[in-house]
Amino acid sequence: MLKSRWSGLFFQLIALVLSLTVVSLILLSIGASPLNAFSNMLTGSVGSTRKIAEVLVSFVPLLLVTAGLLITFSAGLWNIGVEGQIVLGAIASVWVFRIFIDSTLPPSLIIFLSFLGGMFGGALWAALTGLLKTFGGVNEIFGGLGLNFVANALTLYLIFGAWKREGVASMSGTEPLPDSFSLDQLGELRISPTALIVAILAIVFVYFVLNGTYFGLKLKAVGKNFRAAYLLGIPTWQYSMYSFLICGALAGIAGAVQVAAVYHRLIPSISSGYGYLGLMVAMLINYQAIWAIPVAFFFAALNIGSIQLPIVMQLDSSLSGVLQGILVLFVLLVEGFRQKFIKRSSQT
Amino acid sequence: MTQETLLIGLAGVLAAAAPIVFAVLGETLSERAGVINLSMNGTILLSAMGGFAVAYNTDSLVLGFLAGMLIGALVALIVAFASITLNQSQVAVGFVLALTCRDLSYFLGSPYMNVPGPRLASMPIPILSDIPILGTLLFRQDAITYISFLAIILCWVWIYRTRPGLMLQGIGEKPAAAFIRGANVNLMRYVYTVIGGALIGLAGPAFSLGVRAGWMGTISGLDGFGWIALSITIFGGWNPARAAFGAYLFGLLQWLGLVLQPVLTQVPSQVLQVAPFPLMILTLLLVNIGNAEWVERTLAAMPERTRKFFAKLLRAMRASPPASLGVPFERD
Repeated sequence: MLKSRWSGLFFQLIALVLSLTVVSLILLSIGASPLNAFSNMLTGSVGSTRKIAEVLVSFVPLLLVTAGLLITFSAGLWNIGVEGQIVLGAIASVWVFRIFIDSTLPPSLIIFLSFLGGMFGGALWAALTGLLKTFGGVNEIFGGLGLNFVANALTLYLIFGAWKREGVASMSGTEPLPDSFSLDQLGELRISPTALIVAILAIVFVYFVLNGTYFGLKLKAVGKNFRAAYLLGIPTWQYSMYSFLICGALAGIAGAVQVAAVYHRLIPSISSGYGYLGLMVAMLINYQAIWAIPVAFFFAALNIGSIQLPIVMQLDSSLSGVLQGILVLFVLLVEGFRQKFIKRSSQT
Repeated sequence: MTQETLLIGLAGVLAAAAPIVFAVLGETLSERAGVINLSMNGTILLSAMGGFAVAYNTDSLVLGFLAGMLIGALVALIVAFASITLNQSQVAVGFVLALTCRDLSYFLGSPYMNVPGPRLASMPIPILSDIPILGTLLFRQDAITYISFLAIILCWVWIYRTRPGLMLQGIGEKPAAAFIRGANVNLMRYVYTVIGGALIGLAGPAFSLGVRAGWMGTISGLDGFGWIALSITIFGGWNPARAAFGAYLFGLLQWLGLVLQPVLTQVPSQVLQVAPFPLMILTLLLVNIGNAEWVERTLAAMPERTRKFFAKLLRAMRASPPASLGVPFERD
């Protein structure tokens, strides 16, 4: 029974119940009503069309990043540098906009070019992590973390230095881009249908690559056993680099979306933590692309739902992060227990 | 700049680096035993918040520091349990805890935001503090800075000069051999991870009750220090003395950033504050590059003299992780 597909789902439900219990206890310990908090988060995320649109605005970059991370995870790589790759994507796309700011080309073409720029910027940053790992022997976790800080420093340098706002530079970011450079919107709602389509296409692409191509098969072989894949004649380090490039490009698109559809300028924390959140989503769905859409939507809904907590209940909005983290933690722990049970029952 | 202000500045660097020293020492112990505690960034934030909250409510600094250590030990216990007992990925569990503890500290800490609370006072040591130069540099600090000095010496002596320390090296390098010599590998890994976690947990209150007193939430500037401490642990080559040196070097760079700010006016101040981070990557590269295959090949192709020079240079900087770092131990 334990080995069946449904037992996995059953154990994940246990993890969900356990994490909700722990978060409830945390809420009770500071004298807040868990039911009240959860219902506020629910109405704050899916309570109205406007709220759902907000959730989708957050869902798009999260899904893009998750899609990219599924590729690097398949290759056995912990691409923690994905935060910086989003940032570089955003920087590169703003750069493209700045180049074409006075051009007479149709805005939609310029937006397309900015997306290409974003892909290029993200891929470049990911390639740095890959090169550090392949030729410098620097583990991708540490190389990536370091590059995240460098990317943030670069953003600050641009905001306060090279791309300084006319007059006084401030943490509010660079000069806003002209309205014509904004991605289309759905009526009064902030969500851009184009961005949504791009994100869905990205996850479909990743699902197809991983489950329907030799490339994906080889990538997974490299991830499962680097040495064995090498002996089988797969050019291992090249495959690691490909996976970094693909993930970086997808993260770069997420950065470009943040610019063209959300902020319309470069701001200090433009990645908004979507990189780290994407890592959590990928872990939670056990690296299966097919679950990426519902889980990324759920996480985005928690993010948006928690925004009104400070106003309504005087609770800090970081509650969503606590809930997401504890949920992933319990899923990992419960999975460990399940594997232990399987091992024990197969021994007897 | 007079000699006196320079000395006071450097003494400030030693004090400001104390939290990072605790963090790198704790991580070094944990990794020496074979367990990566990736939760450090969150642990430091949560223990900073918890330590401050306890000290504020009990009006006892000692209890604040103990609370920080307890938080660090508990988080490390989760890492140890998940990785050693449940065989889950250390990196995954550690990373999730890093994010969860960070958010938990912001969530639980919001009532303590910008509340003035207790803080350590400087405690000059009689006689010693009157020694020229060294007195100002080392002996006019607060209690936790003295403890950080002692902790470096203790960790070094423990790892390199005692029998249990030798066993600790064995557990990280060749657990199977240590097991045959009678070591309970997994129990020892638990013990060192939890002790290491307690040390990491000391880093939090060292900030919130010392270096930067108070809890300021997301704007405290603490977020990120745990990740830096992780790279310094590697820079330190899993040697407590070298790791502490790395922590002081980092502190010195940050201080230089502040001092140079009026001189380098065209560089925005926000950039100078993050300057040590790119340098950290560079040092990681220098420390690790000797392990790369192509470097060995290039070296072999060099003429005798240059090869010897570069080989020596690389060996001096190089650090290799404990051989079984992150690898679960199962006896069979």
